[in-house]
Amino acid sequence: MKVTVKYFGAIAEQAGLHEEAIELSEIGTSLGDLKTHCIQKYQLDDDALQIAINQQIGTVNTLNDGDEIAFLPPFAGG
Amino acid sequence: MSEKKKPKKVFVSGSISPEKIATSIANHQVKTNIGAHSIFLGQVRADEIDGKTVTAIDYSAYEEMAEQKFYEIREAAFDQFDLTCMHIYHSLGEVKSGEICLFIFTSSAHRKEAIEACNFLVEEIKAKVPIFGKELFEDETHQWKVNR
Repeated sequence: MKVTVKYFGAIAEQAGLHEEAIELSEIGTSLGDLKTHCIQKYQLDDDALQIAINQQIGTVNTLNDGDEIAFLPPFAGG
Repeated sequence: MSEKKKPKKVFVSGSISPEKIATSIANHQVKTNIGAHSIFLGQVRADEIDGKTVTAIDYSAYEEMAEQKFYEIREAAFDQFDLTCMHIYHSLGEVKSGEICLFIFTSSAHRKEAIEACNFLVEEIKAKVPIFGKELFEDETHQWKVNR
């Protein structure tokens, strides 16, 4: 099972990339597992981090094949 | 009666010119059921941070999600306020200090609805739309902007 992970703004800068595909069988299938994996892998600052699954910020914790997960730093529009 | 418009593209490349704003105002003169416009313009501030001055902000966004959020916010505003029309433009890419990066334009028969809708849109956009701002300094260093 594979998901696409996207990084934005300061988080993309910390990760050193904007997008990657991650195979979940190696790390676990919950959002919590993926979050922990990515934060540790890139030493991400998770103070004000928000995560969207398929463009929705919410309470879903189970991931499915093909999901798009976005790591979003604080918003700065306007 | 409010006229619901199809979602238009919000993002523009670079700054929003004063001419675009003037043209937008002029285009509404034929809509004579309008009695009040409210306009919000966001301008890039030359903040001084640790002795360095912000010369520009480089905006980026999670564009697919941002367009969806803009659509939801527009629909909520049309539901909540009696508007004749509404326009939202936001910059992507580099906008120099002193230039305009956000243009919100609401029109209604009366002032109260136009003003309240405009305020609603500004607050919703700042809170809910995934847009990111890299503040560039004159010495080519940068820091990431956070909305207060």
